[in-house]
Amino acid sequence: MARVSPSDVLRGAPPATPDYGDGGRRGGPARRAGITGIVVACAAIVMLFAALTSAMIVRRGLGGDWQTLTLPGILWVNTGVLLASSFAVERARRALRQGRREAFNHLWLAGTVLGFLFLAGQYAAWRQLVAAGVYLATNPSSSFFYLFTVAHALHLAGGLLALVFITIWAWRLRLGPGRRTAVDVSAFYWHFMDGLWIYLLLLFRFWG
Amino acid sequence: MSSPVVHHAVHAAPKGFLRKYIFSTDHKVIGKQYYLLALFSVFVGMLLSVLMRFHMIYPDAKVSWFEKLWPTGAAGGIMTPELYLSLMTMHGTIMVFFVLTTAPQSGFGNYFLPLQIGAEDMAFPVINMLSFWTTFAALVVLLAAFFVPGGAPLSGWTAYPPLSAVGEIAGPGQGTGQTLWILSIALFCGASLMGAINFIATTIDLRAKGMTLMRMPLTCWAWFVTAILSLLGFAVLLAAGILLLLDRVAGTSFFLPAGLVVNDQILNHKGGSPLLWQHLFWFFGHPEVYIAILPGMGLTSTVLSVFARKPIFGYRAMVYAILAIGFLGFLVWGHHMFVSGMNPYTGIAFSVLTMTIGVPSAIKTFNWIGTLWGSRIRFTTPMLFALGFVSLFVTGGISGIFLGQPALDLYLHDTYFVVGHFHMIMGVAAIFGIFAGTYYWFPKMYGRMMNETLGKIHFYLTFIGVYAIFTPMHFVGVAGNPRRYADFKEFEFLGQLMPVHTFMTHAAFFTAAVQLIFLFNFFWSMKKGARAPVNPWEATTLEWTVPSPPPHDNFGGRLPEVYRGAYEYSVPGADKDYLMQNEPVGAAKTQE
Repeated sequence: MARVSPSDVLRGAPPATPDYGDGGRRGGPARRAGITGIVVACAAIVMLFAALTSAMIVRRGLGGDWQTLTLPGILWVNTGVLLASSFAVERARRALRQGRREAFNHLWLAGTVLGFLFLAGQYAAWRQLVAAGVYLATNPSSSFFYLFTVAHALHLAGGLLALVFITIWAWRLRLGPGRRTAVDVSAFYWHFMDGLWIYLLLLFRFWG
Repeated sequence: MSSPVVHHAVHAAPKGFLRKYIFSTDHKVIGKQYYLLALFSVFVGMLLSVLMRFHMIYPDAKVSWFEKLWPTGAAGGIMTPELYLSLMTMHGTIMVFFVLTTAPQSGFGNYFLPLQIGAEDMAFPVINMLSFWTTFAALVVLLAAFFVPGGAPLSGWTAYPPLSAVGEIAGPGQGTGQTLWILSIALFCGASLMGAINFIATTIDLRAKGMTLMRMPLTCWAWFVTAILSLLGFAVLLAAGILLLLDRVAGTSFFLPAGLVVNDQILNHKGGSPLLWQHLFWFFGHPEVYIAILPGMGLTSTVLSVFARKPIFGYRAMVYAILAIGFLGFLVWGHHMFVSGMNPYTGIAFSVLTMTIGVPSAIKTFNWIGTLWGSRIRFTTPMLFALGFVSLFVTGGISGIFLGQPALDLYLHDTYFVVGHFHMIMGVAAIFGIFAGTYYWFPKMYGRMMNETLGKIHFYLTFIGVYAIFTPMHFVGVAGNPRRYADFKEFEFLGQLMPVHTFMTHAAFFTAAVQLIFLFNFFWSMKKGARAPVNPWEATTLEWTVPSPPPHDNFGGRLPEVYRGAYEYSVPGADKDYLMQNEPVGAAKTQE
């Protein structure tokens, strides 16, 4: 087989190895286990946030000390940023499927940068609350707000780490077919973080 | 024999000592690491219980080395009630988390799940290694609580607030000690979640060709369902732990109500509810009971079948019973809270659901007896411990039906009846499962047989010992003997029960001493035991098709192919009385 140089691949030439699958074994056990693993991990995260939600609902109904939290306006901007990030990551994943490596690199990088931007935006939201005198222990509503948003940010940071690694692999042309599962799994997790954030936003918009 | 499928090894055998024995990603090394961690923990936990039993009958005894170990907790060599409570808390925590959760699932499960389903390793070997070392860190953090100012926490393995949430003011050990406890449990939750993800993905995706779900050994089913329980339960415990930690260190009020006065000081919290912790904790805590016992049930099923030389009675029913127990386990947490002032109607609902668990439990017991019925039993040590498991499961289960009635529980809840009940079923029955597993799988794990004579002596003395310790607890409980009390000398009505306590304490000393026989047998056999053949018990599952101990990649790069279920014993017309799962001959007579 003729050797395909990395730059050829970036220009759109089909890679020498099979385009999709895990180490050439499409749907092989390692790939299937990776997908099962991430779905199961997300189930655990759902349980964590469900437990915290049930605690919040019970705590809210306990006494008269619950004060509705005014959400910092920047959260809506952050939401837009995170949605855009998810969109970019998904476009990237599909580009990779079609063998468009250069498009993948740019889109995935964009998704990663937007992810960092979201975290920065969350930090700004916390600073806004602090400036308004709303701390962790100010009110149960603020306790839960900080708890939920920090827990989400920590989980999201884990996903961001995966996005960064894949960006580095991609730009150093180390994203072989064996790492396509990592791309799919990271994208799945990233969308899940997106959905989780929307859930939290709605929770605080209507119950906070 | 099998027609092997050529397959590449997942990872090459490591060379250096560190990569091979310490930071190994090999599921077999990790399984042994977990097992040895649990073995260390069980002896620490047992030592604590012996000290507690000693204090109960000799509350005024002066022991000079107590003072050396605990200068403040045992000033003058006399154990304080606070020290007693810290021993109780650490005993419970160590036993529940680092023994009963660790050995049967993480220890045996890690070692034998890939071997039994025909895989080269767990699905995520690096996460597996991380999971073990996180568990190790959790144990170190927990034991560190003994060595900080104030010592270990006092609030029991259930860590009920307000006691656990208000800090140092609530007593020695409630400062740094309790914080360390929460951190340890949080680490343990993380480790268990990683482990659960690995078990679930491995079982779903890495089964060998022909290993359908309904051909899996019941051990694999038990590990699988246990992993699901861990996944759902430990995530909730982690959430509860975070809330508790914030109440302690960040001034929040999740679990602390307003106007709380502790040691003449008004606390600056308001609006929280201690009951919220109980709901979250027991939503984890009840499934935790099944996390401890399900692997023992799976193993007992296998061992009974192997040594009765009969197929397990009602394989499918056994699978569905495991699933039913796992599912129902999430619906009954309220039966731990009958005395919390819950609405009686809620109590009835939890009570009925609790009784319902009796149905799948009875199915399992019935099928175990059905398996034994009419068989010519080979009374090996693993078989004796499996029979012991059935006995203890029934004894402990029946007292559970008493406690599942709110009206009875109101009376019995804070008495020794409950201590007797949960030690029988969750403690000793699960431990007997671990012993059965040890004697059964030791030849595969270490390549040598354990000494059968010592094993049988160990069984009979332990069996008598545990019944002698825990049966009388039910009687003193019915007589109204409260639990969690450091000593009973202030209570006149308990004076007449002291002879029973003295008996139980001596039984505890005796049973603890007997465990040294096991310890000796374990380490002696590792070096001096007779060489183990590939299949010493004439069992059918895949781990008995590979050398003892198995090579690094389990099946030598050639994955097995499976043709039949896991319990084909006394097969009519076969040339020997069993058919291995990977034997293609006689395929027409398979159970699937």
